[in-house]
Amino acid sequence: MVNPKKRIVIIGATSLIAEHCARLWVNEAPVDLILVGRNKAKMEVVAADLQVRSSTSSIKCYQIDFTAPEKIDELGNELVKEGSFDLVLIAHGALLEQALCQKNLELCQQSLLVNGISPVLFAEMFVKHMEKANKGTLALISSVAGDRGRKSNYVYGASKSLVSQYTQGLQHRLAHTNLHVILIKPGPTDTPMTASLKQQGVRMAKVEQVAKQIVNGINAKKKIIYAPAKWRLIMLIIRHLPSSIFNKMDI
Amino acid sequence: MIKLQSWGRLGHEEHLVQEFTDRHQFKNTFRTDKIGLAHGMGRSYGDVCLNPQGLLWKTTGLDRFIHFDAVTGLLSCEAGILLSEINNHMVPQGWMLPVTPGTQLITVGGAIANDVHGKNHHNWGSFGDHVKKLTLARTDGSLIECGPMEKRDWFIATVGGLGLTGVILTVELQLRPVAGPWLETEVISYENLNEFFTLADHSESSWEHTVSWVDCLSSGRGIFMRANPSILTLKERPVSAFSGKKQGLNLSFTPPISLINSFTVSAFNKLYFNIKKRSTLKQTVHYEPFLYPLDKILQWNRMYGPKGFFQYQCLIPRENGAENIQEMLGEILKAGEGSFLTVLKTFSERESLGMLSFPKPGVTLAIDFVNKSEKTLLLFKRLDAIVRAVGGRIYLAKDARMSRELFEIGYPKVAEFLSYRDPGISSALSRRLMGY
Repeated sequence: MVNPKKRIVIIGATSLIAEHCARLWVNEAPVDLILVGRNKAKMEVVAADLQVRSSTSSIKCYQIDFTAPEKIDELGNELVKEGSFDLVLIAHGALLEQALCQKNLELCQQSLLVNGISPVLFAEMFVKHMEKANKGTLALISSVAGDRGRKSNYVYGASKSLVSQYTQGLQHRLAHTNLHVILIKPGPTDTPMTASLKQQGVRMAKVEQVAKQIVNGINAKKKIIYAPAKWRLIMLIIRHLPSSIFNKMDI
Repeated sequence: MIKLQSWGRLGHEEHLVQEFTDRHQFKNTFRTDKIGLAHGMGRSYGDVCLNPQGLLWKTTGLDRFIHFDAVTGLLSCEAGILLSEINNHMVPQGWMLPVTPGTQLITVGGAIANDVHGKNHHNWGSFGDHVKKLTLARTDGSLIECGPMEKRDWFIATVGGLGLTGVILTVELQLRPVAGPWLETEVISYENLNEFFTLADHSESSWEHTVSWVDCLSSGRGIFMRANPSILTLKERPVSAFSGKKQGLNLSFTPPISLINSFTVSAFNKLYFNIKKRSTLKQTVHYEPFLYPLDKILQWNRMYGPKGFFQYQCLIPRENGAENIQEMLGEILKAGEGSFLTVLKTFSERESLGMLSFPKPGVTLAIDFVNKSEKTLLLFKRLDAIVRAVGGRIYLAKDARMSRELFEIGYPKVAEFLSYRDPGISSALSRRLMGY
């Protein structure tokens, strides 16, 4: 008997990290892949590539407003008609420059909305459906930036902190169910999102490496994935530095 | 600014690097105030992929497949995708790139810009022969779609065009069918260059891949290798085959001195020749170790030490081929130089389609040399003299130092080519050899 295809939803499908995770998944086995994003044209480029890599996978694209609760609910109701979800990856984000967020309150709000509130809305929506089916894995991509607020990116960091705390709460809520909730914290990764950081000389991990660690961590049903793993130790130290030392650091 | 090197590691100069990640946004990547150059994996040896103190557009982010027709084998993809990625996905489906050079770790754009050739040149030609269409982004914001039948002049300027006509965004490639990943190979040793040419000529009609390794410290003995695609499928793994998927090595440090010196080269050459002479004559192997023997040793170029190395690859006519190669080997012996990797291959009667393409009828010799500055450059001048005298030419993808005069002799279509150059693009090579 042929195994039914895994049903995978990626929110923020044009994220390069998400795209590379998708490449690994379609390579493992044909899947039923649902891509959700804000830019249909960009998503279709990603979908076309994945379709060549896996001709028997079914790949669909949906474009919606990422900050409108009613649209998010509508999407969930639409998607669940065709079956339950095996894996949902919430991966979207935008690194708006800290300095600009400090100058422009609207940009500041935009960063918090897209990076913090939007992922939570999607997660809450999916959990409603997944709890009913009592199966599946929900993975949220946060960031090491959320582990401690630092002057170079605390608006982004704060929104990711929100995602991290939220995910922990979700893990607590769903501890005795069949669902798995996973928190993913990548370190700086070489993607279009971090292009300006790269110009400043920040050392980045390769996206292929980060995606591999995420996919492996999801398979192993880890609770918190730091990618690359070294960031677990680095952030542990950073989190515990007393302010007298931390305040001397230019990070 | 980031310091970048090409494969030869001769220089280490600063470049302003910008990533090309979205083929639909190419206009936003170009800047009107700076002249730039596309850069893929930087596997060319000299300065064709460098623009020191200038702008470099890194294309490896343009790495997506676009469409594949499993019936015709026509693949369309972004130009930053690696040849290895294409083969890895397509060979299991029964398709393969018809032409690849000695490494798979290069971009399709780079393969076209240098119109690379492989061990099967005599029946499959060069990379550009299998490109059905490409889209070229010009720095003025325009987009040119061209192919062998469409805007052919742009096409033949861009194939082998060293990235100087624009940035290649997407490509349509015709793959060739294969039963599986296996090759039936044969290894034959020869004692002198006349024997090499006899072997090469006899192999042409019934062997797809042919190449020879020459003991550059001898008077022309070597090992001749030839191969044909096997009819065995992936599942029918031959007993004698070793898989190409073995763990590789990574030379992640640069030894403080070159590991290639007269002692190691001489010892290696003797050892290699004797081993190969006694080795199994016939073997079925995975295509990877036969076609891309060094790809498993990541950063093998570091073996040459901190000063880097040159590769001298020339093409000379078949006429008096044995004598001329002999003369060149003689010069190398006199200078006491040499390398592990000296490759000799015949090209058949096929003209390349690119205006600045390298392959044409004749025989090509490729040798690596540790960078010993003046000593190496002097030797090259003597080799140049032989090449010039017989109307040969030097491969631009490997070249770091030839004179403009030798370039113009070797590539007579350069005047025609110049009318297709993009004024917003320039490389260290174009400044050295074309004056801009």
